[in-house]
Amino acid sequence: MERRSERSDNMARKTAMAAFAMASAEDLRILGKEAGLVLDAKSLRGPETGLVTVRGRIGGGGAPFNTGEATVTRATVQLASGEVGHAYALGRDKEKVRLAAILDAIWCSPSGREVVDQRIVAPLMRIQAERDSRRHAEAAATKVDFFTMVRGED
Amino acid sequence: MYVAVKGGEAAIRNAHRLLADRRRGDRSVPALRLDQIVEQLGLGVDRVMSEGALYDRELAALAIVQARGDLIEAIFLVRAYRTTLPRFGYTRPVDTAAMLAERRVSATYKDLPGGQMLGPTFDYTHRLLDPELAEGSEVPEPELRDEAVEAMPRVSDILGGEGLIEPDGAMPAGHVTGDITREPTEFPMERDTRLQALSRGDEGFLLALAYSTQRGYARSHPFVGEIRIGEVELELEVPELDFPVTLGRIRVTECQMVNQFHGSAKVPQEFTRGYGLVFGQSERKAMAMSLCDRALRARELGEDITAAAQDEEFVISHSDNVQATGFVEHLKLPHYVDFQAELDLVRRMRAEHEAAHGGGERKEAAE
Amino acid sequence: MLSEQIIGGFSSPVFDAQSTFRALMDAFARPGSIHAIKAGTQPPPSLSAGAAAVALTLCDNDTPLWLDAALQGAVVSGWLGFHSGAAVAATPADAHFALVADTANLIALDNFAQGTQEYPDRSTTLVLQVASLTSGEPLVLEGPGTNGMASLAPTPLPRHFIEQWKQNNARFPRGVDLVLVAPEGVACLPRTTRIGIVRA
Repeated sequence: MERRSERSDNMARKTAMAAFAMASAEDLRILGKEAGLVLDAKSLRGPETGLVTVRGRIGGGGAPFNTGEATVTRATVQLASGEVGHAYALGRDKEKVRLAAILDAIWCSPSGREVVDQRIVAPLMRIQAERDSRRHAEAAATKVDFFTMVRGED
Repeated sequence: MYVAVKGGEAAIRNAHRLLADRRRGDRSVPALRLDQIVEQLGLGVDRVMSEGALYDRELAALAIVQARGDLIEAIFLVRAYRTTLPRFGYTRPVDTAAMLAERRVSATYKDLPGGQMLGPTFDYTHRLLDPELAEGSEVPEPELRDEAVEAMPRVSDILGGEGLIEPDGAMPAGHVTGDITREPTEFPMERDTRLQALSRGDEGFLLALAYSTQRGYARSHPFVGEIRIGEVELELEVPELDFPVTLGRIRVTECQMVNQFHGSAKVPQEFTRGYGLVFGQSERKAMAMSLCDRALRARELGEDITAAAQDEEFVISHSDNVQATGFVEHLKLPHYVDFQAELDLVRRMRAEHEAAHGGGERKEAAE
Repeated sequence: MLSEQIIGGFSSPVFDAQSTFRALMDAFARPGSIHAIKAGTQPPPSLSAGAAAVALTLCDNDTPLWLDAALQGAVVSGWLGFHSGAAVAATPADAHFALVADTANLIALDNFAQGTQEYPDRSTTLVLQVASLTSGEPLVLEGPGTNGMASLAPTPLPRHFIEQWKQNNARFPRGVDLVLVAPEGVACLPRTTRIGIVRA
């Protein structure tokens, strides 16, 4: 039972961290401010920029191979109350990653999770979902419909 | 005797200043901003990311500006930059079946789950220069079609059901994924390592080799099983977290080439495959890569090696345009001492030649 | 991950790594000389601050790390993983670096990667924690960088160390290099250094 709840906690945290990683620094700052959060913490590591080697799979599903590298920035911070937060995101935006790590630390605090989930993660995911569905609709409009020829026969 | 030569410092300084001036060009024309390049020269940015082997749109755009649009110079700049960064690790392999696809076409199946989606393609354009673009006229928003996101299984998985196509490439158990950025190049090379080299290989070089296989130099009867372009999510395992952390998404192009195969001593008749995966929207490169991958599997499939495209040492050693440009272009740098030595040698040999033949030519001429 | 695995890294990663690297480079260049490590760290218990600074300076994601029995366990490997990115090596022969807290009971040096004739650099560099570099049995050092002769008196040392070191010399150009870390600083024994007669 405890293991299951730890797993669902991990999933929820992973979702929140993913939402921060795909957001912009400005989104994080504005949403954090609107939620009344103090975005301040001690830095334990970084923010620092480095590389990850991106892997693909031979044939799409076979053995892994290294495709190339991507820039990634990461940070680890600690709140005055002791909670530690981490953040990783593609790109070189150190301020964004610092804010993301602080939000992660707040998410880990007993009182912080709900406010971060509701006031920051939820709106970020909504923005992302809207962006994705628009992208999909644009691409879907270029689908070839081989059956259009038989339309309008009445 | 070796005489060190100093000088040229002022000339070099002034040359760099002149370069900066020519790069900027006419000051009455507004300077390019990086976001303009990222947004409006996106495929050039993609090429620099793919061959620079570094996914970072703004850096690639900066490199293009700094290189005055010379893409190989820009790729060189990106490669140099990446050496300054520490490496955090290897991502989990991307799942291209879960791609948020913007384009997906198959030349082998008309109706396939997920459909044929053309996306932002040059195909079916008339290749007529468009004067309206020169005038900067308004561009309409794209058409939208509301529909649920449909799963898009890879075409190779569909064919795989019948057992007529080879499975995705496997490596032997216990194989450690090769990495050309860490280990010196050695031949013969495993397929995973070759794919890494091809993925950053020069588009023009790979395109020419791919074309050569179509013209009969290692013919492989290829069909595009599938090309897809879109965004995939990157995840990284890190020691401080109990779950793989999501880094964000990158755009990639994947090509599955399906090749007729008559069977050989080692393999029965079935369809074989070549694979291409590159950063950004780079369809030509992904296709060329998959054709080269297939040709380079000659040894593994027991085929005769008869053509350049099948020669691993030839293809991989010459596919990197940063290496190639470095070695070709270094010839223009001062070789004064080398050349002096050659000059002395030629003079001496001529003198010996003349002594041996006793000035015979002159005598002939006199006759 | 526990917070003790996350705190205590270099406070100024670039300058701390640079100053530690300088100390190591000088110590390798002049075997027997002792160089203070100025960069501060607060590693988990059993890993010394000096050895931790050396590890954070030299190790990264591409350098598998072997830990002796005294250091094995999640806390030290987690701390090193977080601050340097280095993963734990499966066997001593896979390790680029080895960290050793219980130097007196170290396994034989020939268990570690020795490099190859073509790539002698692919050998393990061992970082040994010792109590002192000056209060042990004095060793006479000869070879490059000793200006004829130098001395060092580390304690404790691995079992049969003099004999093991002779064998290590005999493997040249293959062989391991040693970094000895004590509270007073760091000293190095590269594979080119020969240990001469022990003074009475």
